Amino acid sequence: MRLLEAARAAWNAIRAHLLRAALTVLGMVIGVAAVIVVVAVLQGFAHTITSQFKSLGSNGLIIVPYETRRAALAGRQARLTPGDLIAIRQQVRGIEDVVPMLPMARFGGTVRYDNRSTASSITATTPAFARGGVQYPAQGRFIVPGDDATRRPVAVIGDAVIKNLSLPAHPEGHYIQMFGTWFKVVGVLNKLGTLLGVLNQDNQIYIPFETGVSLSGRSTPPEIVIQLQVARAREIDSIKSRITRVLRQRHHLQAAQQDDFKIQSSGQLIKALTKVFDIITLVVAGIVGIALLVGGVGIMNVLLVSVTERTREIGVLKSLGATRGDILLQFILEAVLLSILGALIGLSLGWGLSALVAHLVPPLAAARVPGWLVALALGFTAIVGLIFGIAPAAKAAALDPIDALRYE
Amino acid sequence: MSALPIADAAPLLELRGITKRYRMGDSHVHALQDVDLAITRNEYVAFIGPSGSGKTTLMNIVGCLDRPSAGTYFLNGKNVEDMDDTQLARIRNREIGFVFQNFNLLGRADALHNVMQPLVYRGTPLRERRRLATEALQRVGLAQRLDHLPNQLSGGQRQRVAIARALVGSPSILLADEPTGNLDSSTAQEIMAMFATLHEAGNTIVLVTHDAEVAAHAHRTITLRDGRVIGDARRATPGAA
Repeated sequence: MRLLEAARAAWNAIRAHLLRAALTVLGMVIGVAAVIVVVAVLQGFAHTITSQFKSLGSNGLIIVPYETRRAALAGRQARLTPGDLIAIRQQVRGIEDVVPMLPMARFGGTVRYDNRSTASSITATTPAFARGGVQYPAQGRFIVPGDDATRRPVAVIGDAVIKNLSLPAHPEGHYIQMFGTWFKVVGVLNKLGTLLGVLNQDNQIYIPFETGVSLSGRSTPPEIVIQLQVARAREIDSIKSRITRVLRQRHHLQAAQQDDFKIQSSGQLIKALTKVFDIITLVVAGIVGIALLVGGVGIMNVLLVSVTERTREIGVLKSLGATRGDILLQFILEAVLLSILGALIGLSLGWGLSALVAHLVPPLAAARVPGWLVALALGFTAIVGLIFGIAPAAKAAALDPIDALRYE
Repeated sequence: MSALPIADAAPLLELRGITKRYRMGDSHVHALQDVDLAITRNEYVAFIGPSGSGKTTLMNIVGCLDRPSAGTYFLNGKNVEDMDDTQLARIRNREIGFVFQNFNLLGRADALHNVMQPLVYRGTPLRERRRLATEALQRVGLAQRLDHLPNQLSGGQRQRVAIARALVGSPSILLADEPTGNLDSSTAQEIMAMFATLHEAGNTIVLVTHDAEVAAHAHRTITLRDGRVIGDARRATPGAA
């Protein structure tokens, strides 16, 4: 009852100066809008990335070469070779879709068509790669077993390559030149779009694995990454140790030496990524928390001025029988209501902005404002308002009624 | 609260040996010295005196806005002296109705809400507040002005809103501090006539003024000078309204 009356009085005071109220809570608005946008975008980003890994399946394993810093300093360079791939295929049971990935040009190899050239990421892999579900041919076909077996010079290209080389919309049958060899385009990959507007995921070319090996295998054995699927999830640990045994033996590692490769499961990767995003989210939330505190100081400042301005009014209310408690409650609620007002404006602004970002950057389409964030933003701003409302409210409540009534 | 031996004509308020000192630098200034005063129900009293005589201080003490430095004050049988701020606020809310020289209306609230305000602190439900406030405004002849803001009303109308606000909680005393000080003479006449009517209706009224003409409306005049009561005159016949 008393709370309701105080809230009504507080709301009337706010309503009397709406513009001032809006300016007062500007800090709050910006703080909340910032937290909403940043977290929504981060969540969308994390969602996109983890969903790409998830398409690898929870049974997926990735083997990458890995050297400890000490060994690297000693001049050793870890590598996985096509020989390792064959050994794993032959000696490890319970696995399927073993896909080698041979990066031909990690940071962009030159690709020519007519008199035009561009730089693309070129990877040699096997037909099983397209079974992952992330990339598949939107036009034409992907690499087929025959391409691999007979080392055909064929290529499946990403959408960006068509644009960069001004290839026809249906480039199947046309020839592009890479590593001094002509490759026949047989398919076009589905569009992935750009990541955060920077990383173009469609500037990719895939060629048959054996073709890639024969192109690069003359001097040193090529360096590969191996993706594979475990048939039964419960065997994942025993399969990991079997692969470890096979690779250690092939790499002639002594018992005291560490592995020169790493076996990562997609679950592990997702966990690691999620952790990174959680940390970023926490840091950002901390920064925004400070912004909200500053917003709270702004509200306190305006309310302190407002108390002076309304001294006479407070005196009148006291002469009419308002207790210290009544005045205290009214001003604290005014601060809390102002903060919540700011939070609500900030929420809608942040929501609008993250929708806009999601619209402009399609891979972030999953950018959304989580419910816990809304609750947290509202709760936190209300608490900030409460804390920073105490000083002005105490000042108002402590006013002597006679002095207050006489105040000009 | 201790029961007091209350006689038949028990005073509504009784001040005994009320003294108020202010500290000014090293010295004390006596705003009131040893004031004894009793006012009974349905009296119409004026405190009169030049500025600095202590009449405003006395009104503040009677109105429970201020506490005496020494002396005892019984209001409606309650010893006000021992009360804390919250209890004093409650007394102001229930026992006192203030009317000020400069009206002191809440600028953002319309007439109705100004009059409803004292009832808020009493916990009166909204519907009941609205009803009582409307009645009070009808009594002062402003039934047509419920939704007018103070700045849309004339001085006389504002003071009538203030009177309605003072009356709405049926207080024991109506305390009016120079109620006509900011009004022209014809409007002042109107307001004084209203006080006379309220007195006839049974209200106890205390006027504070420096104007003998205004004080003449009261039935009893208490004259103050230098913080002391120097005169207490009753008239059998009231002054012209």
